[in-house]
Amino acid sequence: MSEQPFEFFQRDRSQQPPAFTPDYKSTTLRSPRLALWSLQNSLSEVTGPVFGQDELGPLDNDLILNYAKNGEPIGERTVVHGRVLDENGRPVPGALVEVWQANAGGRYRHKNDTYLAPIDPNFGGCGRMVTDADGSYRFRTVKPGAYPFRNFVNSWRPAHIHFSLSGSGFAQRLITQMYFEGDPLIPKDAILNTIPDPAARRRLIAALDLNHSIPLDSLAYRFDIVLRGKRATVFENKLEGN
Amino acid sequence: MLDTMQYLQETPSQTAGPYVHIGLIPHQAGFDIFERPFGNVLAGPQTPGQRIRIEGRVFDGLGQVCRDIMLEIWQANAAGRYNSPADRQEKSLDAGFRGWGRTGTAFDTGVYVFETVKPGRVIGRHGHKPMAPHVNVWLAARGINIGLATRMYFGDEAEANAGDPVLNIIEAERRGTLIARREDRDGGPAYVFDIHLQGPAETVFFDV
Repeated sequence: MSEQPFEFFQRDRSQQPPAFTPDYKSTTLRSPRLALWSLQNSLSEVTGPVFGQDELGPLDNDLILNYAKNGEPIGERTVVHGRVLDENGRPVPGALVEVWQANAGGRYRHKNDTYLAPIDPNFGGCGRMVTDADGSYRFRTVKPGAYPFRNFVNSWRPAHIHFSLSGSGFAQRLITQMYFEGDPLIPKDAILNTIPDPAARRRLIAALDLNHSIPLDSLAYRFDIVLRGKRATVFENKLEGN
Repeated sequence: MLDTMQYLQETPSQTAGPYVHIGLIPHQAGFDIFERPFGNVLAGPQTPGQRIRIEGRVFDGLGQVCRDIMLEIWQANAAGRYNSPADRQEKSLDAGFRGWGRTGTAFDTGVYVFETVKPGRVIGRHGHKPMAPHVNVWLAARGINIGLATRMYFGDEAEANAGDPVLNIIEAERRGTLIARREDRDGGPAYVFDIHLQGPAETVFFDV
């Protein structure tokens, strides 16, 4: 049996933002200017860390309760759920999904955030979970608020939740942001607009999912995530001299 | 119809932003929330192998130190095997050694640190020449639209590095950006690996 059973499809860069996007000014000095070296997958890329459900606490995916001190956080109670699939449409079980966000007023619990909106004493703003056998994940939170950021003089971020994904292979590693259907700030966002393809941008906008909302309790949004797909390397020929 | 192949498309990346610590390193953001947070110490007291420290800084295109970078490393154990079902080499696994860690460059000094063991050599692609010992590095931050992948090789492995199938595809002038400098300290060897996002010494980043 091959010691390396598969490799990932080449990443489709047309669906991804380039490194340098002048309208998101922070990329100016932090974007590599030389071409990335294309590297055929070895074990170093197709393997990746394994995370177990048993490493997580029972409230890790409940942002309403996981930092509650003397009550619950203020804001629209919201369930976010979806599936993590690969490009073949197969579920990715055991994926580590980590999320973070601002509170309902648009303020982050972070040393470096000085926005004048108040900290919510009952809201940490982060959570984590591992996907089920069918690739599904879910967490509960309050909907984050919009906030200004220093880019142009009057730049605002639409409401969004940051997502970090670790699939089965380190080459699938992905960080992204989820937006909320109908937010009028979405088309103006310099960060979402780093992605050149309009259809690709739309895939980051979660749809309101009333069927999964909890009557008299919480709204729900659905956000499916796709990680890179893989192909078996059974017919791989051994190249000379490598 | 040619367009009947039903592949999905990878979700687009977005910057991790300046507050990445909240989600991935909450202690650095200024609070503790999870009972078992992830961290930068990969090796436990029982882990076989040589204890090493990996440290460095990340520089932008003007040579300024970046103090808000999130870094992860992924590596094989001392025997040269990854703790992952996709690694089918017949080598021993070390219970308790996941081979993965995460940290941030410090807000004051800009230095990042990992404590781990030196990895062994792993087979190359499809059983070709073995790769030199290396650590896979992935970083994300404000101003980085899509996570950057690179590798850290060891400065005291000149012979293995000379035969490494990945280092050898890179032009000689840039190969050095992937090789960490060994410093011998009281607590054991430290490997200093600085990363340049841009500029004359730009690190080699991979499209993996």
